[in-house]
Amino acid sequence: MPEAATSSAATLEAVQPATGETPVLECRNLCISYFTRAGEIPAVVDFNMKLMPGEAQGIVGESGCGKSTVALAIMQYMGKNGRVVGGEILFEGRDMRTMSEEELRQIRGSKIAMVYQEPMASLNPAMTIGDQLAEVPIFHESVSKDEALSRARKMLESVRLPDPDRILSSYPHQISGGQQQRVVIAMALLSNPKLLLLDEPTTALDVTVEAGIVELIKDIAAEFGTSMIYISHNLGLILETCDRITVMYSGEAVEVGSIKDVFDAMRHPYTRGLFASIPVPGADKNSHPLVSIPGQLPLPHQRPPGCNFGPRCDFFVKDRCDVGAIPMTEIGNGDHHASRCVRVDEIDWDSTIGAGDESEPTVPGDVVLKVDGMTKHYEIEKGALFFSGEKHTVKANEKLNFDAREAETVAIVGESGCGKSTFAKVLMGLETATEGSVAIGNVDLAEMPVDQRGPETISNLQMVFQNPFDTLNPSHTVGGQIARVIRKFGAETDEKKVKARVMELLDIVKLPRDFAKRRPRQLSGGQKQRVGIARAFAGNPSVVIADEPVSALDVSVQAAVTELLMDIQRENRTTLLFISHDLSVVRYLADRIVVMYLGQIMEQGTTDEIFSPPYHPYTEALLSAVPIADTHVKKRKVLLTGEIPSPSNPPKGCPFSTRCPYMIAGTCDTIPPPIVEFSHGHRIACHLPRDELAAMEPVIQIEKEPAHVA
Amino acid sequence: MAVVTAPPPSVPLMHRLKNPKVSITIFVIAWLPLMLYVMGGSSLGVLEPFILIPAIPAVILLYAICISTFRESTIALIGTTLVFFWFLIAVTAPYLPLIDPNKPIAPFVPPFTAKNDVFFILGTDFKGRDMLSRTLWGCQRVLVWGVSATFVAYIVGTAFGLIAGYISGWWDEIISFLGNVILSFPVMVLFIVILNYLGPSGFNIVIAVTFASAPAIMRIVRGLALDVKTRDYVFAAQTRGESALWIMVVELLPNVRGPIIVDACLRLGYTTVAITTLTFLGLGLQPPDPDWGLMIKESAKTAMLFKFSYMLLIPALSVSSLILGFNLMADGLREMSMRD
Repeated sequence: MPEAATSSAATLEAVQPATGETPVLECRNLCISYFTRAGEIPAVVDFNMKLMPGEAQGIVGESGCGKSTVALAIMQYMGKNGRVVGGEILFEGRDMRTMSEEELRQIRGSKIAMVYQEPMASLNPAMTIGDQLAEVPIFHESVSKDEALSRARKMLESVRLPDPDRILSSYPHQISGGQQQRVVIAMALLSNPKLLLLDEPTTALDVTVEAGIVELIKDIAAEFGTSMIYISHNLGLILETCDRITVMYSGEAVEVGSIKDVFDAMRHPYTRGLFASIPVPGADKNSHPLVSIPGQLPLPHQRPPGCNFGPRCDFFVKDRCDVGAIPMTEIGNGDHHASRCVRVDEIDWDSTIGAGDESEPTVPGDVVLKVDGMTKHYEIEKGALFFSGEKHTVKANEKLNFDAREAETVAIVGESGCGKSTFAKVLMGLETATEGSVAIGNVDLAEMPVDQRGPETISNLQMVFQNPFDTLNPSHTVGGQIARVIRKFGAETDEKKVKARVMELLDIVKLPRDFAKRRPRQLSGGQKQRVGIARAFAGNPSVVIADEPVSALDVSVQAAVTELLMDIQRENRTTLLFISHDLSVVRYLADRIVVMYLGQIMEQGTTDEIFSPPYHPYTEALLSAVPIADTHVKKRKVLLTGEIPSPSNPPKGCPFSTRCPYMIAGTCDTIPPPIVEFSHGHRIACHLPRDELAAMEPVIQIEKEPAHVA
Repeated sequence: MAVVTAPPPSVPLMHRLKNPKVSITIFVIAWLPLMLYVMGGSSLGVLEPFILIPAIPAVILLYAICISTFRESTIALIGTTLVFFWFLIAVTAPYLPLIDPNKPIAPFVPPFTAKNDVFFILGTDFKGRDMLSRTLWGCQRVLVWGVSATFVAYIVGTAFGLIAGYISGWWDEIISFLGNVILSFPVMVLFIVILNYLGPSGFNIVIAVTFASAPAIMRIVRGLALDVKTRDYVFAAQTRGESALWIMVVELLPNVRGPIIVDACLRLGYTTVAITTLTFLGLGLQPPDPDWGLMIKESAKTAMLFKFSYMLLIPALSVSSLILGFNLMADGLREMSMRD
């Protein structure tokens, strides 16, 4: 039965595997729509995919491109207003749309399992993990409770959770985020599914924890032979986990192929634009700036005629790209490599992308910000009510020493709990330091809360926030919010001049002037972030703290916002403190890097010094954990075990000693590490002998110069 | 008057009316005269017969604005219509061809019968006063005192809620503790104690309602403020040295507004019930002026007889329809806020 179905559909299917095996999952001309008050909104149009047993398919795209809708359609979890309006979803040769509710229930969880982004939302907080895991075999295979629990235990071992017995009897909130996600994966694998759907499974986790999960996912594919669909916005993760990739844009698959074909010989302008807008080794803010894709993703009901990417495409040709539906055409050069571009044969794919404006490297000036022995401890009372005794110290920041010069970008890198937010709070005056000093110019800010600072000091130091949806007050107009800052800092007092300055700032961040009258909800994430930047620069600050300003944005927008920040910085010779966990972005834009772990500085130095040996063992692990979307990059694997300890109970000696692969027992876990200076300003806090640190091999190596990076 | 610059045609009239500033102005034009009329009474002097005239078009305009805003929710439309029906009656009562509500004509006339050459649509009560006239006039006091009391309760509750939520620490401990103490009393007991102490009057009802409702409102606002104060825009305001008062009023208040408005509609319903009950108990508004609670109280004994139950049912149904209106409006508003 499946053979006949497959062969009759062969004409429709551009991507046809040579083997005669039945695919685990096949989507044919799948069209999915949501029905809302505004009418039918096509979320996914003409989606084709063939997933063979044991294969891992990656689906990559920006938010709103329909990648999660595909996953939900495969699970047949479309909700009340979503419906498959055309095409077929064949699971092991059978059309899922013709199955009854009962059959679907049997398949979900036993043959198809899904892992979602937020692990805490997938686990029931009121049940122990053991009970939740045991439910799966009890429900699907009617085994006894004891049998189910022993299977659950075995599965926890195979997702490499330490101490499975303790985990079985604990509740979800008692284990860390990374452990929760491992439990969710274990739950998905318990029924030995044929197909595993992973929807951004590591987005909510820290990089070093993410690296462990990615490694696990790869091993699962090898060990259990499970087919996987891995949905992500991160090209680097797809490269590490998948065999084939589907690039989606605005509800359509625009390019399909093997990882190698798509990464090295991309044949769709969108894919090309996507790669040009992510920082890979070789990109540099001065000589090789990122190139962002102009324009914005069209809303599903405002898609242009013809090619959806047309209005943003450099190769757009009128009357060819904007007429009729663009079909998926196979390209002769690869393994079922196909692209949805009418001009695929005409475009010179080896040409360099119109490179961004090159600029001279800026020369840093005098020291603007000097952090000297800054320490922040929080006293926490153990008893909840009134002064009931025992105090207990959280060491959020411990003896931070670094400085930043004029026009320089200093990146502070670290994972959650590393103390970077506390540092930002002390700097901004919302907290006062316990010890040490933080000086801007001659003013020591460490013990000066914001209400004691003069307007000049305040306007000298501003911040750009992480979450675009939080950064602006939804109740006030954009112009009003910028104007308030100008008035507050006394930059201008005359109403006309304030207005003129608001317009000028909107021009600087490249937003249309009539945005001043808009409210934040009418703006996209990237636009909001631009307003946030305009607000920060309204008082001509000399130091700007940027707390992960682009991490919540889509890849193609990230590049534009990053470039904007760089441009304004160059123009004003502002000192930028860039807080981030993303080493790719940091490598691209930072002049110097400070690596923090659990409130302490582990290593600091120039960008080149940090990215090449000698490394601090933590830096080494961090570098190895960051996924890089470049097939030419070879990374040395350094996997960390365990989780980040709680800042309220840090290890006695070196904070990293609990996870460090080089740990020297008796030394690292008892004595705080000494600071070893390698070259001027390159300092590593580690017990390892100087020679051993110097002898480390590089983590990231580029095999040959990638041709397509302009 | 001759040269009126035409508004740009691109912006439709309704759109400009929906501008918050315009809507609030229209509401004030509708509300203020009614409030003065009911609270001020005879002290308005020569103004008294005319003061409600500007309110009539304002109420109609306001209804049109509400209809066009709520057109997506049938429930909200029904609720709005009920509420505005009574609002319109309240401002037009002096100009309607009604019999003096306090003038005894003929007692115990059943509805739809004529007596002494007058046709009584809703009959007369035990004193011979026209029921229709009393019911229509009666909505003024319930509406004005109910809305005023709720409004004052909200100002007090929101202020304390913002302080407790934003400033936290000891302020929060003290305010929340006092709130919990007040909430631990049954509401009716609280009302009766306060009104017995202060004496029955409209203004004292406002005080009693404020005292009893503010803690619950404070809790809602406190919870919302605790959430909103973690947002980056509040952090941004703090780091540019804004005062706590500015942050509470400009950054927090507009963003806790949505749930508060929904809750206010529901609470208007409770307050209306409370005021009617208090009047029924003799603790609220005093006779002889028409008031629904009073009508129920006065007819309670006579209405024991089925034949005269209309005396009780008519004001009771009127109260219910107003409360239902508020509740449906709240439902509709919530439904609409969830959709977007």
